[in-house]
Amino acid sequence: MRDLEVLYRQVIMDHYKNPRNKGLKQGMEYKTIHIKNPTCGDDITVQSKIDDGVVSDVRHDGSGCSICCSSASVMSETLIGKKLEDAKSITETYMNMLTNKEFDETVELEDAIAYAGVSKFPARVKCASIAWKAFEGTLESE
Amino acid sequence: MDPYILKKDFPVLDDDTLCYLDTAASSLKPWKVIKKLDEYYEKYGVNVHRGVYNLSYVATQKYDESRLKVSEFINSTFEEIVFTRGASSALNLVASSYGLNNLTEKDEIIVSELEHHSQVLPWQNVSNITKAKLVYVPLNNEGRITVENFKSVLNENTKVVALNYVSNVMGYISPIKEIIALAHEVGAIVTVDAAQAAPHKKIDVVDLDCDFLSFSGHKMLGPTGIGVLYGKRHLLEAMPPIEFGGDMNDNVEKYDASWKEAPYKFETGTPPIAEAIGLGAAIDYLNEVGLDNIAKHEYDLKEYTVNKMKELGDIIIYNETSETGIVSFNIEGVHPHDAITYFDGDNICMRAGHHCAQLVIRWLKVVATLRISFYLYNTKEDCDKFIKTLKEARDFFKSVGF
Repeated sequence: MRDLEVLYRQVIMDHYKNPRNKGLKQGMEYKTIHIKNPTCGDDITVQSKIDDGVVSDVRHDGSGCSICCSSASVMSETLIGKKLEDAKSITETYMNMLTNKEFDETVELEDAIAYAGVSKFPARVKCASIAWKAFEGTLESE
Repeated sequence: MDPYILKKDFPVLDDDTLCYLDTAASSLKPWKVIKKLDEYYEKYGVNVHRGVYNLSYVATQKYDESRLKVSEFINSTFEEIVFTRGASSALNLVASSYGLNNLTEKDEIIVSELEHHSQVLPWQNVSNITKAKLVYVPLNNEGRITVENFKSVLNENTKVVALNYVSNVMGYISPIKEIIALAHEVGAIVTVDAAQAAPHKKIDVVDLDCDFLSFSGHKMLGPTGIGVLYGKRHLLEAMPPIEFGGDMNDNVEKYDASWKEAPYKFETGTPPIAEAIGLGAAIDYLNEVGLDNIAKHEYDLKEYTVNKMKELGDIIIYNETSETGIVSFNIEGVHPHDAITYFDGDNICMRAGHHCAQLVIRWLKVVATLRISFYLYNTKEDCDKFIKTLKEARDFFKSVGF
């Protein structure tokens, strides 16, 4: 099977077709970051809501390729309900995995592990990381 | 011309699994050009115009020879050729020097949604600073600039017309000669973006009567980092430099200075010497093959490929009637960035995105497109390989649920 098939057959198509936690929320308790990749047109907005050190909600909206859009959905499912420190370490581990850096294999990535295959397509790493970068941004604006 | 023989001149194509269909972004370079760069660095790699020693004289002579070659390539004169960093710099030079110094709020600038960002953004900047009005030629239903539509926006207030000769997304050839004649009737000057024209078709600036014309070296077999601005001599002479420094000045006083003649007043600092000389070698190569032969070859490959694409189904082609070797398309329901990875897997190089022309992508009402573009080194086998992968890609994305 081609690497590409592996990549698409897993959770990616499911989340692309049926995105979870899509649509933005109003309200000061949400921190919002918008990231655009002008070269390819990916355009993603991510919101996070932190309550007592726990990621209580993650929302996303935007347009882009299947990897970009599905990864935002998978990210929201993975991170909601996590302690802030755990969410940060999942994000860091995920980024390291995509970029072929050493990563802590004991960190549970849940469905986001499906994107491990993206590291074989360097040109697509940006697509798979843009939503997660936006999430990191929402934490910085805290 | 025989593309199978020409291919052998391009070392990147030594990898016979590679299918290069992205010439509109940058062409491959033949040995003759690569060797020419080496020759400069190995034999006379010193500065031009400065040294009073033989080696500098040799470098200057080669650099000047190249300028002469460029001027003959488009039927102009030596003094009318300014070397720049690329087509973008050339187009910017016209806007920053001519535009900012000649336009006022009463004036109008005509551009189109078919322009590359390098043509439209410098004039957007001029418009913001001078308050001159930016006016868009309405495109026809195919996305073309037509003479009729051009007439509908032309008036006595028009001072500058900034349009492309060949569109980098649609591959259409603009009726630029007629547009220039009409613009001159109302006293406007015309600056032509020829980045996609110069590599593929014979340009005669005297016949066109254009005021400015810009193109890049790297899209026509030459090195990166070198571009050309052609300007009518009287216009260049009247224009102020936009960059100041070494080599462009004449007499320098504490509070005032004077400039060299055109083109030198626009070329401050050590120029891209090797690149300019390399561009000369690229022009020799193109002249040997013949631009008319190249244009016909690309068009034939484009027609062959488009016909096969139409047979496949589920492929949306945006510029079927294009007269050049550019095809913009999408696979129905598949984001171009998903599609491009499939082609990459088969070592097919092509473009996905908005091609530095967001306005026309928006005009097409799509998020982005795929683009293939042909050149003299492409063969029918490249087209067949592309079609085979396109069919597989379409089937694959359908099978996973797109």
